[in-house]
Amino acid sequence: MEGLTLSDAEQKYYSDLFSYCDIESTKKVVVNGRVLELFRAAQLPNDVVLQIMELCGATRLGYFGRSQFYIALKLVAVAQSGFPLRVESINTVKDLPLPRFVASKNEQESRHAASYSSDSENQGSYSGVIPPPPGRGQVKKGSISHDTVQPRTTADPQEPASPVVSPQQSPPTSPHTWRKHNRHPSGGNSERPLAGPGPFWSPFGEAQSGGSAGDAVWSGHSPPPPQENWDQTTVRTVASATTANEIRRQSSSYDDPWKITDEQRQYYVNQFKTIQPDLNGFIPGSAAKEFFTKSKLPILELSHIWELSDFDKDGALTLDEFCAAFHLVVARKNGYDLPEKLPESLMPKLIDLEDSADVGDQPGEVGYSGSPAEAPPSKSPSMPSLNQTWPELNQSSEQWETFSERSSSSQTLTQFDSNIAPADPDTAIVHPVPIRMTPSKIHMQEMELKRTGSDHTNPTSPLLVKPSDLSEENKINSSVKFASGNTVADGYSSSDSFTSDPEQIGSNVTRQRSHSGTSPDNAAPPPPPPRPQPSHSRSSSLDMNRTFTVTTGQQQAGVVAHPPAVPPRPQPSQAPGPVVHRPVDADGLITHTSTSPQQIPEQPNFADFSQFEVFAASNVNDEQDEEVEKHPEVLPVEKASDPASSLRVAKTDSKIEEKTATSAPANVSKGTTPLAPPPKPVRRRLKSEDELRPEVDEHTQKTGVLAAVLASQPSIPRSIGKDKKAIQASIRRNKETNTVLARLNSELQQQLKDVLEERISLEVQLEQLRPFSHL
Amino acid sequence: MAVCVAVIAKENYPLYIRSAPTENELKFHYMVHTSLDVVDEKISAMGKALVDQRELYLGLLYPTEDYKVYGYVTNSKVKFVMVVDSSNTALRDNEIRSMFRKLHNSYTDVMCNPFYNPGDRIQSRAFDNMVTSMMIQVC
Repeated sequence: MEGLTLSDAEQKYYSDLFSYCDIESTKKVVVNGRVLELFRAAQLPNDVVLQIMELCGATRLGYFGRSQFYIALKLVAVAQSGFPLRVESINTVKDLPLPRFVASKNEQESRHAASYSSDSENQGSYSGVIPPPPGRGQVKKGSISHDTVQPRTTADPQEPASPVVSPQQSPPTSPHTWRKHNRHPSGGNSERPLAGPGPFWSPFGEAQSGGSAGDAVWSGHSPPPPQENWDQTTVRTVASATTANEIRRQSSSYDDPWKITDEQRQYYVNQFKTIQPDLNGFIPGSAAKEFFTKSKLPILELSHIWELSDFDKDGALTLDEFCAAFHLVVARKNGYDLPEKLPESLMPKLIDLEDSADVGDQPGEVGYSGSPAEAPPSKSPSMPSLNQTWPELNQSSEQWETFSERSSSSQTLTQFDSNIAPADPDTAIVHPVPIRMTPSKIHMQEMELKRTGSDHTNPTSPLLVKPSDLSEENKINSSVKFASGNTVADGYSSSDSFTSDPEQIGSNVTRQRSHSGTSPDNAAPPPPPPRPQPSHSRSSSLDMNRTFTVTTGQQQAGVVAHPPAVPPRPQPSQAPGPVVHRPVDADGLITHTSTSPQQIPEQPNFADFSQFEVFAASNVNDEQDEEVEKHPEVLPVEKASDPASSLRVAKTDSKIEEKTATSAPANVSKGTTPLAPPPKPVRRRLKSEDELRPEVDEHTQKTGVLAAVLASQPSIPRSIGKDKKAIQASIRRNKETNTVLARLNSELQQQLKDVLEERISLEVQLEQLRPFSHL
Repeated sequence: MAVCVAVIAKENYPLYIRSAPTENELKFHYMVHTSLDVVDEKISAMGKALVDQRELYLGLLYPTEDYKVYGYVTNSKVKFVMVVDSSNTALRDNEIRSMFRKLHNSYTDVMCNPFYNPGDRIQSRAFDNMVTSMMIQVC
């Protein structure tokens, strides 16, 4: 007799049957009677049976040795498949389904099978037809086996693909098997295929069904007749029988064969605990090797499984990795081919998926991975050994066995054709890593910084308030309220003026920064332009503001003191409306200019104003911010000693020319009063002072802005009253602040863009470098 | 790039050797075998005391008319030998180094597998894939 090559499933199946027939437990020879029964159960014509017996050599030998028996079984399968009976057909016929034997005789067999704990290998072939070879010879349970057959048959119909399930089968017998089968309704797929035929066979682990989770899964697959052991599961199986079938059905439609069901996962976790009590710890490679070696898979395959599951390549398995490896082992044992890449569902992060239906898929698919008849068989050889050698995994092993058996069943196989092979070995979903974008934060921080920086300027106002010296200027400054928006400027200007004209300062003492405490400049008033040396007393004018903004915070503070707020009424004594909007610088200038003691005490600026008022009417309109300032300055200047005034005038003249050249003259011209001419020069001087201040202060960018603003001030029609001017000054200041902030914002945006680009480029570089560091 | 990649164990027997199928593989085997002498030379030349400082990358072992042979030794005296086509002028030293680095990483991963017995032939699919990618690059 030529050599017979059996697939795993076949091997298992045949050995089971052999055991079944081996009533006398000789392990070598089977009783003819039982064999004949078996053959008759195969529903083959008698002559075929005889032919088979002859072919296998039994007739020659007179008894059925193991090899003969196996050959006979194979021939039965051949015959059942419709192939001609030939000796060579034993090995040549591929994809041969396992021989089917009608259940009638199977009752006993199924019983046996049920009790057949050792051979829990779920020979899928049992797909419902053949009662698992009664390993344990529980022949007595004929009824039970009958029952088992029953559920199987019922399940069978559910498996459209399994041709093996023939209606001829007697209704499934044991609810036990059924129950067992139902153990894991979750094993949708697996159960599906097996559900029909023999879910009952699956849980061979009857005895070991301890492994609840694992068992559940497997039980679904193998139609285990063994009932006694299934008592535990029976309870469940009964109820879940139908559900199992349903689940199987569902699972078959499920695409992902690699999902781990709850039960499986629980089982894996339990196994993990036996090796490593700490669930967050690792299983060292050597321990894992021992553990998985018990599965009797070839080392090469185990090695490959390890490569797949050791995600971080650290030589140890975390819980997730362990579950993935276990799952792969189980799958492999059931006939699934190992994927080239770790399936996404098994990725460490994604393992927690718990789809009840998925588990079933896997087992079912396992059966289908290869040729229906072959896939499972491939597993069978390993299964039995596995069961025997895997003490710890008794339960699981049985389940696995059953699993493979089930999978090997043609029914299951056919069903899962569509699901053959792991769904997506190549789709390794990489867990997305959220990246924190901080630019916004940075931006915010910067904004805040800027704001705080600007705030510095504001607080200066109180500072400004303090110096009485400055107060004078403040008053004027406040009135001026340069649009530069540096209230601080006011104070600053005053301070400048202070420094520049100590004498004036003294006189300025009287000045008060009426609005020192006035509204703090807008959020970020640009620092006042650097204070030009204030040669003029008129610090309150534009220059003042500018200088305030430009200069240090303190100075700015001073300026802030004069926020654009109302134009200052510097004092009651002075009523110079025009001066109001004049920047602090003007005031400062005025103060400076007003060196004359007379002016000082009364706040020269204001005093100027008063005088100014004289021709203010005429000049006011002409004079815009600066001019207003100038006027007051001029006035006081006028009042001041002539020489001083002349000097100042000269200065102011220059200033005037620079600033409001046009207006000045106009103002001057308007000055019908005799003061007009003098004021002119004075104004000029004031203006020059103002200009100086702004020039000095224009250190910062804001200075420029302020200067611009200040420069624009003169353009404002003088006709505006003090209040209006003050308001306008404040408006201008605010606008300046706004522009500054807008500029700042745009700069920050630009910075943000740059940083983002850098980040992108770095990421690209990293990606380029990464391939080299990875395998 | 590489037309032949070989991993030689400490005892100078091959753990893994693979050539581009286009060529007579025996020739490559022979080249690798002869290159072992050169590798030993270089190792000994580096000095015994300098084992730690010895650089892993050995560089060009010897050029032939058609091919160049590069070598790399790990601290455990496992040698990687790579034969590249001389006509491939675009291959820079840095690239060779990176290729050896990849080889080394793959090798360590194989070693990490508890199912791999050191001294066995390397049958890891991941390793194969990596080597394939290296050999295909040239093409």
